[in-house]
Amino acid sequence: MDAAVETRELTRRFGALTAVDALTLRIERGEVFGLLGPNGSGKTTTIRMLCGLLEPSSGSALVTGIDVTVAPEQVKQRIGYMAQRVGAYEDLTVAENLTFYAGIYGLRGDMMRTRVGEVVAFLSLGDRLGQLAAQLSGGWKQRLGLACALVHRPGLLFLDEPTAGVDPAARRRFWHTIHDLAASGTTVLVTTHYMDEAAQCGRLGMMSRGHLIALGTPDEVAAQVGGRTLEDAFVVLQQRDEQ
Amino acid sequence: MMSRFWPMFRKEFIQMRRDRLTFAMMVGIPVIQLLVFGYAIQTDVRNLPTVVLDQSRTPTSRDLIAAFQNTGNFRVIAHVDGRPELDAAIARGDAQAGIIVPYDYPRDLARGTTATVQVIVDAADPLSSQAALNAAAGVAQARNLSILSRAADRSIPIEARVRPRYNPGLRSPNYIVPGLVGVILTMTLVLITAMAIVRERERGTLEQLIVTPITKTELMLGKITPYVGVGLLQMTAVLILGRFVFDVPITGNILLLYGVSLIFIIASLAFGLLVSTLVRTQQQAIQASFGFMLPNILLSGFMFPRQAMPEIAQWLGLLMPLTYFLKVVRGILLKGVGLEALWQEVLILAAFAVVLIVASVRRFRKTLD
Ligand SMILES: Nc1ncnc2c1ncn2[C@@H]1O[C@H](COP(=O)(O)OP(=O)(O)OP(=O)(O)O)[C@@H](O)[C@H]1O
Ligand SMILES: [Mg+2]
Repeated sequence: MDAAVETRELTRRFGALTAVDALTLRIERGEVFGLLGPNGSGKTTTIRMLCGLLEPSSGSALVTGIDVTVAPEQVKQRIGYMAQRVGAYEDLTVAENLTFYAGIYGLRGDMMRTRVGEVVAFLSLGDRLGQLAAQLSGGWKQRLGLACALVHRPGLLFLDEPTAGVDPAARRRFWHTIHDLAASGTTVLVTTHYMDEAAQCGRLGMMSRGHLIALGTPDEVAAQVGGRTLEDAFVVLQQRDEQ
Repeated sequence: MMSRFWPMFRKEFIQMRRDRLTFAMMVGIPVIQLLVFGYAIQTDVRNLPTVVLDQSRTPTSRDLIAAFQNTGNFRVIAHVDGRPELDAAIARGDAQAGIIVPYDYPRDLARGTTATVQVIVDAADPLSSQAALNAAAGVAQARNLSILSRAADRSIPIEARVRPRYNPGLRSPNYIVPGLVGVILTMTLVLITAMAIVRERERGTLEQLIVTPITKTELMLGKITPYVGVGLLQMTAVLILGRFVFDVPITGNILLLYGVSLIFIIASLAFGLLVSTLVRTQQQAIQASFGFMLPNILLSGFMFPRQAMPEIAQWLGLLMPLTYFLKVVRGILLKGVGLEALWQEVLILAAFAVVLIVASVRRFRKTLD
C-alpha cells in the first residue's frame, strides 16, 4: 500500500533563501507524525507543498499516492488542512462555516446534514452553532477550524500548530481528539512547539534550516543525545546543526 | 460541474448582508452621487442675477429689458443709477450680469440708426456666461429680424426652426441622471469586488479556501454573483428617484434596459475581480478602483460630450465599458430606441464581460505564491 506521504529531495526556495532543503520523508498510513523545529525551520512551507498550496522548486511529493505537483486538486479532495492561522470566517456562525466547507467539499442534502452532525457531536460544538466565529474563544476557534477540516472525512490531516495559544485543558482535549482520529484510521501530520505534545506522537521529524536533523519515535530521538528529555534533544541537535 | 458554486454564493451573500462597510457603500454611494450630480451639476444655466442701468427710462427700453428676462437667463435683482454702481455689483459677485441701455437707445431705434445696448457678463464661470451671451445675442437677433421685416414689408427670408429632439426642455438632469446609473454601478461594483479576494487574503481565510477542491471558476462566479442583485437594486433606485425627483422620462423598453444593464453589471464586477487578482492589499484595491473611476467619469461622455474631446481621449474612452453603456441607457431612456439601434454596443459590452471574467479566472492562482 502507498504511504500517506512520501517526499524525495523536496525543496522550496524563496529567492536566495532555501526554506525546505532536499527533504526526504515517508509517513505511513495511520501514523500520528509530529514535525518539530524552531521558527523558520520550514515546517509550514513543507505542509503547504504537501497540500498543493506552494509549488516545490524541485523534488517530488506523493500524497495519498498522488503526485501533488501533477494533480494538486485531486490531493485537495482527500486531505484536511488546518492552517497556522485559523481560516474559519469570523463573520459567519459556527453552523454557517461548517455548512460552507461541507458544501465546498461536495457534500449535499442528507449526506451533508449527517456529516455536519457527526463532526459537531465529535467536537462538542452543539451549543455554539449559532455563534459567530469571531465571538469564540481561542480553544473553540481551534475546534471549529478542525471541524471544518474534518467535515469531508479526509484520510490524511495536516495540522499546523493547532494548539498555539490554547489553554492546557483545551490542549489536552484537542489531543484526545487527535488520538481518536488516529484510532479510526486517519493519518495525522501535526506541527508543534510543545514537547509534551511531541511526546504523544508515534514518530517525530525534527527540522532545522529546512532539513531533517532527527527522525524516529520520541524515545529514539531523545536517545540520540544520550537518553535525556525531548526538549534537551531539541536544543542540542539544533545547536549542533547550526554550527 | 459547478456544484460548488452555490455554497460559495450563499457564503458571499451572508457576508455581504453582514458587512457594514459593503452595505454603506451600496447605499451611500448612490445617494451621494445622485445628490452631487443630480442637483449640483446643473449645466443649463438659468436666472443669472442681473443689475440694470436703464438710462433712457422709456417704454421701449423697458420692453427690451423684459425681453432679456423672458429668455430665462437673466433675473433682474436691482436697478442702478450709474456705471460705477453696476460694475461694483458685478465685482462683488452680487450680480453676474449687467444690462446697460443708453440714453440714445429709443432715439436711435426710431431714427433707424444702429442702437446699442450693452450686456456685461461675469465670465469667470465659462458655462454660465456662455449661456447668457448666447441668450443676449438671441434677443438682439430676434428684435433685428422683426424690425427689418417690418421695414422691408415682407416676412423674414429664412427661418431655421431648431427643435430640440428627445430632451425638449434642454434639461441637464435628463442627460446626467441616466448616465448616473452607469457611473454608480461602475463605482460600487468595481470597488466591492476589487476587495473580494484581497480581503480573504488579508484575513487569512484564502489559504483555507484554496486548499479545498473548489475550482477557480466556481470561486470567482460565486464571489460576484450576489452583487448582480445589488447592481439591479441600485439601478432601480436611481431610475425611480430620477423619474420622481428629477422628472427624467423613461421612454423606451424597460426590460431591454434591464437586460443590457445585467451585461454591464457583470462586466463591472468582472473588472473588479480582475483588480482583486492584481493587488495584494485592500488599500491597493481601493486606490486602483478610484484610479479606474476617474477616467471613466471624464472620458466616457458622462459629463462632457465625447465629440468635443481630443482624439486621443476619444480613443481611450472606447476602452471603457461605461462609454458603451451610457449610449445604451440614454438611447433607451431618452430616445426610446431599441436593440436595432444599440446592438453594437450590447455586443461590445458582452465581449467585455466575457473577456474580463476569463482574464480574472486565468490570473487567479490556487496557490500562495
Ligand atoms: N512566501 C514566502 N516568501 C518568502 N519567504 C518565505 C515565505 N514563506 C516562508 N518564508 C520563509 O521560509 C522560511 C521557513 O518558513 P516556515 O513558515 O516554513 O517556517 P516554520 O517552521 O513554519 O516556522 P514557525 O515555527 O515560525 O511557524 C522562513 O525563513 C520564512 O521567512
Ligand atoms: Mg509555521
